Amino acid sequence: MGHEAATGREVQGMEHREILEQVEAKGLNRRDFIKLSTMVTSVLGLAPSMIPKVAEAMVAKKRPTVIWLHFAECTGCSEAFIRSTYPWIDELVLEILNVAYHETIMAPSGEAAEKTLHEAIKEYKGRYLLVCEGAIPTKDGGVYGRIGGRTMLEIAKEATSHALATICVGTCACFGGVQAAAPNPTKAKGVGEATGVKTINISGCPPNVINMVATVVHYLLLGKLPKLDDNGRPLFAYGQLIHDNCPRRGHYEAQEFVKKFGDEGAKKGWCLYEMGCKGPETYNNCSLVLFNDGTNWPIGAGHPCIGCSEPDFWDNSAPFYEPL
Amino acid sequence: MAKRVTIDPITRIEGHLRIEVEIEGGKVKNAWSSAQLFRGLEIILRGRDPRDAPWITQRACGVCTEVHALASIRALDDAVKVRIPPLARIVRNLVHGAQFIHDHVTHFYVLHALDWVDVVSALKADPKKTSSLANALGNYPKSGPSDFKAVQDRLKAFVESGQLGPFTNGYWGHPDYRLPPEANLMAVAHYIEWLRLQVKVARMMAIFGGKNPHIQSYVTGGVTCVADLNPRRLAEFLYYLKEMQSFIDNVYIPDVLAVASFYKDWGKIGGTTNFLAYGNFPQNSGAYKEEKMFMPGGVIFNRNIGAVQDLNPDKITEEVTRSWYEDTPPLHPFKGVTKPITPKYDTEGKYSFFKAPRYEGKPCEVGPLAQVLIAYARGHKKVKRVVDAVLKHLEIPATALFSTLGRTAARAIESKVIADEMVSWVSEAVERLKKGDTKTVAEWKWPGEALGMGLIDVPRGALGHWIHQDKNNKIANYQMVVPSTWNLGPRDAKGQLGPVEESLIGTPVADPKRPVEILRTVHSFDPCIACGVHVIDPVTNEVYKFKVL
Repeated sequence: MGHEAATGREVQGMEHREILEQVEAKGLNRRDFIKLSTMVTSVLGLAPSMIPKVAEAMVAKKRPTVIWLHFAECTGCSEAFIRSTYPWIDELVLEILNVAYHETIMAPSGEAAEKTLHEAIKEYKGRYLLVCEGAIPTKDGGVYGRIGGRTMLEIAKEATSHALATICVGTCACFGGVQAAAPNPTKAKGVGEATGVKTINISGCPPNVINMVATVVHYLLLGKLPKLDDNGRPLFAYGQLIHDNCPRRGHYEAQEFVKKFGDEGAKKGWCLYEMGCKGPETYNNCSLVLFNDGTNWPIGAGHPCIGCSEPDFWDNSAPFYEPL
Repeated sequence: MAKRVTIDPITRIEGHLRIEVEIEGGKVKNAWSSAQLFRGLEIILRGRDPRDAPWITQRACGVCTEVHALASIRALDDAVKVRIPPLARIVRNLVHGAQFIHDHVTHFYVLHALDWVDVVSALKADPKKTSSLANALGNYPKSGPSDFKAVQDRLKAFVESGQLGPFTNGYWGHPDYRLPPEANLMAVAHYIEWLRLQVKVARMMAIFGGKNPHIQSYVTGGVTCVADLNPRRLAEFLYYLKEMQSFIDNVYIPDVLAVASFYKDWGKIGGTTNFLAYGNFPQNSGAYKEEKMFMPGGVIFNRNIGAVQDLNPDKITEEVTRSWYEDTPPLHPFKGVTKPITPKYDTEGKYSFFKAPRYEGKPCEVGPLAQVLIAYARGHKKVKRVVDAVLKHLEIPATALFSTLGRTAARAIESKVIADEMVSWVSEAVERLKKGDTKTVAEWKWPGEALGMGLIDVPRGALGHWIHQDKNNKIANYQMVVPSTWNLGPRDAKGQLGPVEESLIGTPVADPKRPVEILRTVHSFDPCIACGVHVIDPVTNEVYKFKVL
């Protein structure tokens, strides 16, 4: 695993510093190490621009650290994440990433868990990927959501401030989600809005695991995060409407609509527009990649899209069965 | 000298839970269970189209996904008084059954196992002996010495990387980890195997449910997936199901038994007193009272299996004396009145966002143990056979069921019984297709003002949704009484402890800084806190009144 030599300066600079820190941690002299890396690079017949990459390879490689925080959520996004098949979730956790904090799977509880979070933020300050699942309740100072006696708001502010990047998974963390639906009793907000931090938003309720993993892999392989839309969502997944790529589009064009669930049109897989489908207004790639390793997707199962990757869809797409 | 210990966050659950205990003489003397988050889903539901309710309420929980959609749709079916067609009933049972398999097996390995299994000890195991152990317990592929060595090598590389991830600060080396290294390595290997296999259970649910997590094919009157009711899809479902049966029989149950054999004294720790279930997997369509359920409902008081009673939903109340709501007398969900207060944590006063559900004024445990005990008490042959086999294998008396061990074993027992029965439901669907049946949705009409009740047992226990819609067919009120509220709720006005609080009394704690014994029992309830917390109206301070029609 390596970053291309022509990666952004920021990444390269961070890498350089990280390598030298590790070198020192192992008791090596910086100057000697740089001399060694230079020598090895020339011995290998590589261009001088490859020196940092060679240095990196010579130091025991640390897996990129992920801190995963749960706020006002249902844990559906974590569940979606463990459906990954390339890589498998065990490969992600054991070989590819350093999942330093994740309440659903971690061994310790209570004080030992709080210690783990504190230590992870300290050790990987400025270098960890923060993944947030769930919205932040903000009413009355945020007392409606607490972990270890601290409000989620306080924890989010701290964790985002020291992160390399903050990735929001699920519509709740991205835009507020179900608890923010009218009348938003706890004044729940997306993590970006609650903390003022710019976040990468992988929306959906939950998002397709393919899109979650692809974003992380994009960073690992290309050294940078993917291009985003105005809502902070990766364009590779959210650049087109469901309607643009729907296999039932032909029926839409031919005005072959399901009129009642289970009718003859439903048996033939006709368009669900008249049953309330929000596909024409929803940006996501469900119609292309389907869910659960290509097994099915809501429209495939005969049910209209409810627009779950759009901000405020719980209000804007409702009633779900009224046509657009 | 009594010492107070707070464990917050409780990890390896769903949601945000705080457990406080008082320890004296190395044992738990008192306990308080506190839910730390609420979202207000029932307020959000008011005024909306009732048909949107299943999709909103399903987001109560993504671990126990599907279950709220099912309870909600049952409440809607009840409100409009529709009887769903047989194929729809079978589809819902198949998807719901698959959720049990996913939820229960994932719970044991991913959420519970690390309380019994010392991962670091697995590094010392002999792969040959591990293989012998595994093959003695069950017949499953990838159980040779080289398979276990490969797992051990991965674990070794992981630990040597210095980045211990989710194992950081675990209680490794705790004096009460009792499994030999080979059993630990075997458990770790099976954990990893299940992580890959659970992906397929999710596919099962997606076949008829559209996707997992969060299915999207239940509608009032039936299901939408008529195009998936064909031989290809049924075969796909069936062959995944067979893989799951093999795992349950050859890996999950043997692992539970293997762990139990080293922790037999846990058959006397962590028990409660009363048990309640609504029943599950209807075999016909109708109102709740008319449904014949594959797994029966009922109530058992004082562990008296000989006197199981029929359940009357009118006897359910919720109390708020020790919860962060203004005080009211105990009220039935259709008549709920709720006014919020600021959540100030006080173990002598109010200390949780959970309300305290009661049946005839008594706290009741719900979940696999309740479901298994009630089925056993009613003479359910298939449940009885597996329970008796487990008790015989472990050489423990039936009273051992009233414990953390019993609850953990019941989860596995129930998984097997349900998975095996699902095969016959697939056959039932096939027979209907042969007869040319393709009906998946029954006709219904908007009723105007109506009450509807959706009761069903789900992996964590008895789940109820109550809807009151107004004359404009909009939601006037919606209440959910959720399994984890029953199990992890606080005390009531009489000071009766909630089930988890009761279960913790007397638990030995060797080291308060590493309270693995407390986690064993808390985890055995499979807590889902996001599910269990509901209604407050901090914005309008409005009082909700349900009219009884």
